[in-house]
Amino acid sequence: MSAVPAILGRRSTGERVRGGAFYALLVFSISVGFLLLGTLLVDVFRKGVPFLDWVLLNNPPSASPEKAGARPAILGTIYMMGLLLLMAVPVGVGTALYLEEYADRERWYNRVLEINIQNLAAVPSIVYGILGLAFLVRGLGLGRVLLAGAMILTLLVLPIVIVSSREAIRAVPDSIRQGAYALGATQWQVISRQVLPAAIPGIATGSILALARAIGETAPLLLVGALTYVAIDPTILGQFTALPIQIFQWIARPQDDFKLLAAAGIIVLLAILLVMNAGAIWLRNRYQRRW
Amino acid sequence: MATREAALGPRPEIRLRAESRRWSEDVVKGVLALCALVSVATTLGIVIALLEPSIEFFSEISAVDFFSGTTWAPLFVPSSFGVLPLLAGTLNVTAVACLVAMPLGLAAAIFLSEYAKPRVRQVLKPSLEVLAGIPTVVFGFFALTFFTPLLQDVGIDVNVFNALSAGIVMGVMLIPTVASISEDAMASVPRELRDGAYALGGSRLQVSTRIVVPAAISGIVASFVLAISRAIGETMIVLIAAGGIAQLTADSREPMQTMTAFIAATGIGDVPTGSIEYKTIFAVGLTLFVITLVMNVFAIRLVRKYREIYE
Amino acid sequence: MTVTDAAPAKITGIDPNVLVERSPRADDRPSREALFSVQDLTVRYGAVPALADVSLEIYRNYVTAFIGPSGCGKSTFIRCFNRMNDLIPSAVVEGTILYHGLDLYGHEVDPVEVRKRIGMVFQKPNPFPKTIFDNVAFGPRILSMDGPVEERVEKALREAALWDEVKDRLKASALSLSGGQQQRLCIARCLAVEPDVILMDEPASALDPISTTAIEDLMHRLKREYTIVIVTHNMQQAARVADMTAFFSVRVSEDGKQRTGVLIEYDETPTIFTKPNDKRTEDYVTGRFG
Repeated sequence: MSAVPAILGRRSTGERVRGGAFYALLVFSISVGFLLLGTLLVDVFRKGVPFLDWVLLNNPPSASPEKAGARPAILGTIYMMGLLLLMAVPVGVGTALYLEEYADRERWYNRVLEINIQNLAAVPSIVYGILGLAFLVRGLGLGRVLLAGAMILTLLVLPIVIVSSREAIRAVPDSIRQGAYALGATQWQVISRQVLPAAIPGIATGSILALARAIGETAPLLLVGALTYVAIDPTILGQFTALPIQIFQWIARPQDDFKLLAAAGIIVLLAILLVMNAGAIWLRNRYQRRW
Repeated sequence: MATREAALGPRPEIRLRAESRRWSEDVVKGVLALCALVSVATTLGIVIALLEPSIEFFSEISAVDFFSGTTWAPLFVPSSFGVLPLLAGTLNVTAVACLVAMPLGLAAAIFLSEYAKPRVRQVLKPSLEVLAGIPTVVFGFFALTFFTPLLQDVGIDVNVFNALSAGIVMGVMLIPTVASISEDAMASVPRELRDGAYALGGSRLQVSTRIVVPAAISGIVASFVLAISRAIGETMIVLIAAGGIAQLTADSREPMQTMTAFIAATGIGDVPTGSIEYKTIFAVGLTLFVITLVMNVFAIRLVRKYREIYE
Repeated sequence: MTVTDAAPAKITGIDPNVLVERSPRADDRPSREALFSVQDLTVRYGAVPALADVSLEIYRNYVTAFIGPSGCGKSTFIRCFNRMNDLIPSAVVEGTILYHGLDLYGHEVDPVEVRKRIGMVFQKPNPFPKTIFDNVAFGPRILSMDGPVEERVEKALREAALWDEVKDRLKASALSLSGGQQQRLCIARCLAVEPDVILMDEPASALDPISTTAIEDLMHRLKREYTIVIVTHNMQQAARVADMTAFFSVRVSEDGKQRTGVLIEYDETPTIFTKPNDKRTEDYVTGRFG
């Protein structure tokens, strides 16, 4: 009986150890990253929660930490979101429609357009700040105003809106378009009455995610003039600041208490982002059509 | 059966012409094309914004001095415009960040693609996206107020501002970039390739490392290049945690200033328009832009290559 | 019209009595009027001709079927009649199609106008992701047809034999209908625009046999008012519904690389199926190939 060779026996010990060790290495690597993420969140919360109160939300900044709040910054961020919605979404969706429904892929200029958008998505955000500084603040003489900041952020997130809108538009099956054309619809009728309505959930999700990305951007706004000490409520053509900027300003202060205040500001910022991302995911799950 | 074919002549009431030229269709197409031109205008704007002051800058400061000088002191008297310290700072932080992001990101990608069960994937992938969505100012805060003291506690003699802390935290921030693109590349490797290797008796370790990773290598390299590009262009983490002193050193425990941090710090201040200090923003910005542009073009090409092969 | 005695020997699987029932020309119409006149039509995608030198006439209030093996260009051909090939960038159409004596591909002709008069039903039912009502109402709305939309919708749904089944749930999603109902909805949608001609590209091939029968009955009724052209790969279906049948086949080039569709034979359906003139037609309808 023992003469029967163990063909289906277990793998060699060496092989098993190597396999196990590799697996452990992978798990360890991932854990390190998430451990750091977890530590970050815990640390921020520990530092910031004591300072999380109505004072933070309602007061303007001040020289003493107890009285300092982030009201102008929060308002500035909200106004910026509104302006972004009005500027980035129409232009982004319009570009996506042009590329998907109208542009002939064979033409060189349309290919250049696509490559250009891909490149813009990877340009460092501070370069957008430089663009804003040169053209809007000094060039056009707009000055360091909220509108300039919103315009620059629009350009920054435009590639994101374009890419996600294109995917949503592309997902609409061609049979719908053919059916509408066959009834004698013009191109714009097909797009406005069939393609766009069907693509709206995807477009909305992508736009919210783009906005969430913009909210967290600091570097371009530094150059375009979010002044770090703004004590009055912002207006579109006036001085402004934004939440990430306020956080940055507090971090830069020497007093320890301001660093804790910064942590509180971070919690507010993360909360806003959480709500936006959750909203986008809810939208996607609720309205996404399975074609 | 008697049949008589009679061809129908034109009837006056049938017209196949449109009633009036559909000019509204042309208007719509024009408006949409205009939207598309915004992105072109952006690129043109960036190029012009960078080039014009830079040309003026380089008419005053020689390019040789700029690219080979080892002292960066634009505001001092006498001023010195050697950009190497800034480049060195950028390089230092980038190197540290990549040492963290590339192995960990690749490990995450291999795990997600080859090992993870569906339920683990469902938790892991969104978590990576959460990591990717955290604003960089938050990472900067973490680097300065938690990580630097931590390093000091552990015994590493780092300055309050240092490149090591900033680099490590930046690396963590870049893990999702490496992980998602690499995982995408690995997922594109066809099942048949893996099945063939497993059928020969390969272990998961062997199939992952000898079959899948090599097959996905162009995508993986693309993710690395993109991570480098993002590390070079990242501003807030280094602005907060790495320091504002432009010194030429390889010691990561020292404070350094990167190109991005310099641009931000100068831009915040009230530099008179047209002064040489003002123009340094653009000269350094141009250098930054060119470096990242070259890397991005390279990375995009690589991504296109692996997409072509497998899709 | 009598059935020739030679018929049963030549046909496999096709009931000769079907052919007898369907011959309507003896009773109501002494002559047939050509609605379309196709002359030397060739369609290329890029450099390769998908369809070459087709000439025939489509007659008013007839059901005309295009049959043939796959790849013979019948779908390409039918899409020429309502200029749907315009939507494919590489497609080039040479030759002429006259509709009421007007060249469909003339310089000043607007494809949108063409499609208002010549409608199409597709192989896979493609209802819009809207309510049943909005699907049928879409055409009248975009073409700004006058009169209350509700009346047009009801009329179209009745004509498509769908009204009784959906009248109580017009606001339900069109996607909640069965496959056969969806296809009839697509037909109703097409009818709501009041076209002259209805093109059907394999309208029943994605449906079950009962729905197929419903669609075929519909075709019989509709041809009183409309001219119908269908593409089908099902010969029995062609024998059941069509008055005229065109048989297409594939011509392979010498190097074997190019396959081009050509018209082999076009005649009244009974002729095609009982005494075709061309041997290739005979081979196809008797099932020897294809």
